[in-house]
Amino acid sequence: MTPAELEELAAGAVRLAVAQGATGAECTAVEGDEFSATVRMREVESVKEAGSRGAGLRILVGQRTGSSYTSDLSAGGVRQMVRAALDGAAVTTEDPQAGLPDQDQLGSLAGDLRLYSADVATLEAGAKIRQAAAAEEAALARDPRIVNSEGASFDTNLARRAFANSLGFRGSYESSSCSLSAVPVAREGASMERDYWFTLGRGYQDLEPAAEVGRIAAERALRRLNARKAPTQKAPVVFEPRVARTLLGHIFEAVHGEAVYRRASFLAGKLGEKIAAGHVTVIDDGTLAGLFGSSPFDDEGVPSRRTVVIEGGVLTSYLLNSYTARKLGLKTTGNASRGITGNAGVGHGNLFFTAGREAPAEIIASVRNGFYVTELLGFGVNIVTGDYSRGAAGLWIENGELAYPVSGVTIAGNLGRMLMEIEKIGSDLEFRRGSVAAPTLLIHEMTVSGHG
Amino acid sequence: MGFSDSFFARQFGLGERDLESYLAEALSRGGEYADLYFEYVATTAISLDESIVKSATQGVSLGVGIRVISGERTGYAYSDDLSPERIRKAARVAACIASGPASVGRAGFEAPAGHDLYPLAISPTESSLADRVALVARADTAARAWDSRVFQVQATFGDQLKHVLVASSDGILNWDRQPLTRLSVSVLAREQGGPPERGYSGGGGRVALDHFLLDKTPEYFAREAARQAIVQLGATETPAGEMTVVLGPGWPGILLHEAVGHGLEADFNRKGVSAFSDRIGQAVASPLVTVVDDGTMPNRRGSLNVDDEGAATRRNVLIESGRLCGYLQDKLSSRILGAGPTGNGRRESYQHIPMPRMTNTFMLAGESDPGDIIRSVPRGLYCTTFGGGQVDITSGNFVFSATESYLIEDGRLTRPVRGATLIGNGPEALRFVSMVGSDLQLDEGIGICGKEGQSVPVGVGIPTIKVDRMTVGGTA
Repeated sequence: MTPAELEELAAGAVRLAVAQGATGAECTAVEGDEFSATVRMREVESVKEAGSRGAGLRILVGQRTGSSYTSDLSAGGVRQMVRAALDGAAVTTEDPQAGLPDQDQLGSLAGDLRLYSADVATLEAGAKIRQAAAAEEAALARDPRIVNSEGASFDTNLARRAFANSLGFRGSYESSSCSLSAVPVAREGASMERDYWFTLGRGYQDLEPAAEVGRIAAERALRRLNARKAPTQKAPVVFEPRVARTLLGHIFEAVHGEAVYRRASFLAGKLGEKIAAGHVTVIDDGTLAGLFGSSPFDDEGVPSRRTVVIEGGVLTSYLLNSYTARKLGLKTTGNASRGITGNAGVGHGNLFFTAGREAPAEIIASVRNGFYVTELLGFGVNIVTGDYSRGAAGLWIENGELAYPVSGVTIAGNLGRMLMEIEKIGSDLEFRRGSVAAPTLLIHEMTVSGHG
Repeated sequence: MGFSDSFFARQFGLGERDLESYLAEALSRGGEYADLYFEYVATTAISLDESIVKSATQGVSLGVGIRVISGERTGYAYSDDLSPERIRKAARVAACIASGPASVGRAGFEAPAGHDLYPLAISPTESSLADRVALVARADTAARAWDSRVFQVQATFGDQLKHVLVASSDGILNWDRQPLTRLSVSVLAREQGGPPERGYSGGGGRVALDHFLLDKTPEYFAREAARQAIVQLGATETPAGEMTVVLGPGWPGILLHEAVGHGLEADFNRKGVSAFSDRIGQAVASPLVTVVDDGTMPNRRGSLNVDDEGAATRRNVLIESGRLCGYLQDKLSSRILGAGPTGNGRRESYQHIPMPRMTNTFMLAGESDPGDIIRSVPRGLYCTTFGGGQVDITSGNFVFSATESYLIEDGRLTRPVRGATLIGNGPEALRFVSMVGSDLQLDEGIGICGKEGQSVPVGVGIPTIKVDRMTVGGTA
């Protein structure tokens, strides 16, 4: 379907819901095409290609909510979806804060956000497979110790998304993405390690060269060989950008409107308080052209915007949809996000730490004895308390130099304290690997648990 | 039940001739094997928060996935439209993986003998919405009544009924009706003016609503979640470093899922990228350890009558008395390795290519008294509740995160400590198992396993065990 046809489908579902007794309704309709090719050990391993569609509906009957979804976009499928949402509203409880956004909050950003790049749709399958093969070849050619591979993949996605509500909002947009990744395996004696590297863009021309992706992935796997455990100790920890991004994920969960109104976050109730080191600024911006976290409007029809979450170490805003904003007596920040099932939740746009001045090499050089973390494992983060304990691998820093690879250890602390103890922020911020971006970060001290 | 009475034959008018012609289209450019996977899923989710039923969602998704295998190559396409033209088109896209003259599948179909592990008179999706709402409301009341320090309760009830049909060019025609339900309760508690702590509990399986009315009631899960949150209010810092760890029975079996389960999936092993590659027959655990993956346990969350490639599930011994016995196979890996099927070919949905996955993975009971195991430890950690885990199958390093633990001092549990991640290495960790309890338990039925972007329901289980040495990621 064209975006306009999807928009009409969403608006039609809203009209039908209202005609059948809903006092408010909103519908998201999506359609997408995916392609994925994997090459492993120089042979094509798999090729996948398909399209799918779906619609999700949320309705209000007074202050009661019901919702439904379907992958069947026929007239019969839409009718069944409307009926199911009305059935849901018959069993939910009246919620004084349930509702659509206020009429004056609705709208769409003007101008071209460059979410769609035509070069993705026209790229031939053969060219995509050759890109994956080139990335893997570069990895295999990098060093004789790259003896195996979990393959290299080239993926593309084209998506059309439409939204309509009973307050008269209608909107739609198209987006594209493509990515290239490689996962080589290095071996030396009894030690076997893998690592990966990837590049991601709205357009094909935004990708890093395949040879670079393969080379970096290989070098990352090679430097992990013959890793050992570090002794248990308290030490400074440097997060490389790829893992520093995970801290933004935790900050997002902690300023997420739902966690805040339930007081299920260590940052709940701390608006206006100093919660991080004075040089820490975190911004969520859904308006940056060409980036993955951008969109003309959120999943409730509110324009995307730039929200400063932490400024100079002070918590300045939570991230909210209209419901969580009403719960907290605040205004929506345009962060409503939904798939096609259930009620709208909260999502982020492009979420990032603003860059500091120091080069990553200078940050490493400033550490006498510490841990440079390049991979984290597991889910040991409690957003309610901030307790943090995760598996980690990387390189040990001795006298300002990366001395030897380390794995099989954990790093532990508390997120609240880790944010206060961000000692250095690197200059190496880049928006090339998705909607979350972080530079190198140095944390004053964490507990490294290894042997002894 | 004959094929003509099956769901897809009745609802969508599919006949055996249709299936044969779609398979012929899939093999029109050659290839050794093709299969069709039809799926229809009806889902309901009810959620309660702040004593308000805030959401009731119902949904439907359907589609067909078509796969063609040529050598070690896989071509895959799917359609969410079951019209013959769209299915044929998807078949032609999947066919492009091969490039030769058409090949011919086996004539006719037969359904391999399967199981009947979840024969429900009433599917959960056929119960009334009001009955399901009552479950989350009861959980809310019970959690709040447990202790006045409980101040937030979230309860969700979700169920689905999935109909699947698999037809393959090697003559398999199999179908199944797969119910799945889950109730979960999350609780926050705090002392007057103090910081909150969380507790979580849940369970379910391939069961009807009466599972939650007769046996595992909403009150049972609500009290457990509340109890955990209250325990955490008194927890102190967890020690850091290597120590003796005793795992309690049940969900701590996630250790096996991470430490050995993933590393024994045949795809990683045929590619030689697992820390367990080429180690069949070798000792990889203490002789006290026998680990089984069993997809045939009645009503369990990880069980299936047939796997997602149409093969009957089985009970497979992975490690017997410490020795590595075998891998978990899907069709592609078993063809390449020349191994027999194990019934572990699974996929998240019709949009996904199947791969070897676990079902219910557990360690068999030993002979030690659980109390004796704790009494044998001069200083260590006793962990009874866990969150999630993860493994790097190539290095073998795995983690799993304890959410309820106690210090063991002089053979006695002394005080609760805060959550911490435990880390080990797959082929090494189970060598340090020095006692295995007689109290094997399976988890309550909440497990979700993720692999290469695909989620599937699984189960785990373990008796109380003592691990002499493991690294604990505490802060003290």
